[in-house]
Amino acid sequence: MPVRIEKNKNLTTAFLSGEIDHHSSAFLREEIDKAVNVVMPRELCLDFMHVSFMDSSGIGLVMGRYKLMHAIGGKLKVRGVNASTMKVMKLAGLDLLAKIDCKGEER
Amino acid sequence: MKALNEMKLTLESRSVNEGYARVAVSAFVASLDPTVEELSDIKTAVSEAVTNCIVHGYRDTMGRIYIWVGIFADNSVKIRIRDRGCGIADIRQAMEPLYTSQPDERAGLGFAVMQSFCDKLTVRSTPGKGTTVTLLKKIESRSQC
Repeated sequence: MPVRIEKNKNLTTAFLSGEIDHHSSAFLREEIDKAVNVVMPRELCLDFMHVSFMDSSGIGLVMGRYKLMHAIGGKLKVRGVNASTMKVMKLAGLDLLAKIDCKGEER
Repeated sequence: MKALNEMKLTLESRSVNEGYARVAVSAFVASLDPTVEELSDIKTAVSEAVTNCIVHGYRDTMGRIYIWVGIFADNSVKIRIRDRGCGIADIRQAMEPLYTSQPDERAGLGFAVMQSFCDKLTVRSTPGKGTTVTLLKKIESRSQC
C-alpha cells in the first residue's frame, strides 16, 4: 500500500490509500515516522480519503503517531474518514485523542 | 441447526493473506444480500480474527489457518476461524479491551472489535494446541429470499 507524504514544517500530510491492516501498517508506520523525524512538523495530518478498509491495526497506527507527535510537541489531525473506518476509530475512542473529520466535511 | 450453505478455506499464516481471507468470507456472505455496513462489519471482524492467528497463535512460526463459514435459514452467518498455534492461557485477560501481549504497536482491541461488530463471539483455546474463534452475525436482509 503506497503512501504519499507532503512534507512541510507547519503541516505534514500523509495521504493513505487502499486497505489498512496488520500486513500494510508496518510499512506505513515506517514511512510516516521517517518523514516526521526529518521534518519535525508542528502538525501531522493523516488523510484517509482513499482508504477503503481499516481494522484495529489502523488504531495502533493512529495512536502511535499521536504519541510521536505528542513527544515532539506537535499536533495530530485525521481527515477524510469513511463511515466504517469511523466506527472502528470511535470504538477505540480515537475521536477523543485527535480531531477527526469525516468524508464530506473537510476543511 | 444445519447450514443451508457452507464453505471452507485453509490459508498459510502469512500476513499477506489477511486481505484475501476477509474478502473471500464477505464474498461468500454476499448471497444473503447484506447491507454495506453489515458486510464491512464482517470483513473487519474476520480481519481481526485472522490477524490474531498470525500475530499471536503462530507468532514467529508458520502454520495453517482454518476458516469455516455457514449460512443458516434464519439469515445468520457463523464464521469459525481456527489455528493450531500456541493457544491462550487466560482468555478473559486476552479479551479485555486494551490488553495486548505486544504493546508497541498493537492496540489490544481485536476481540473488542469482533465483539461489537458481531452478535456473538465465542473463544475456545487450549495452550499448546490452538485457538478457535466463532463469530455469529445476523443479516437483516433487504430482500426476502
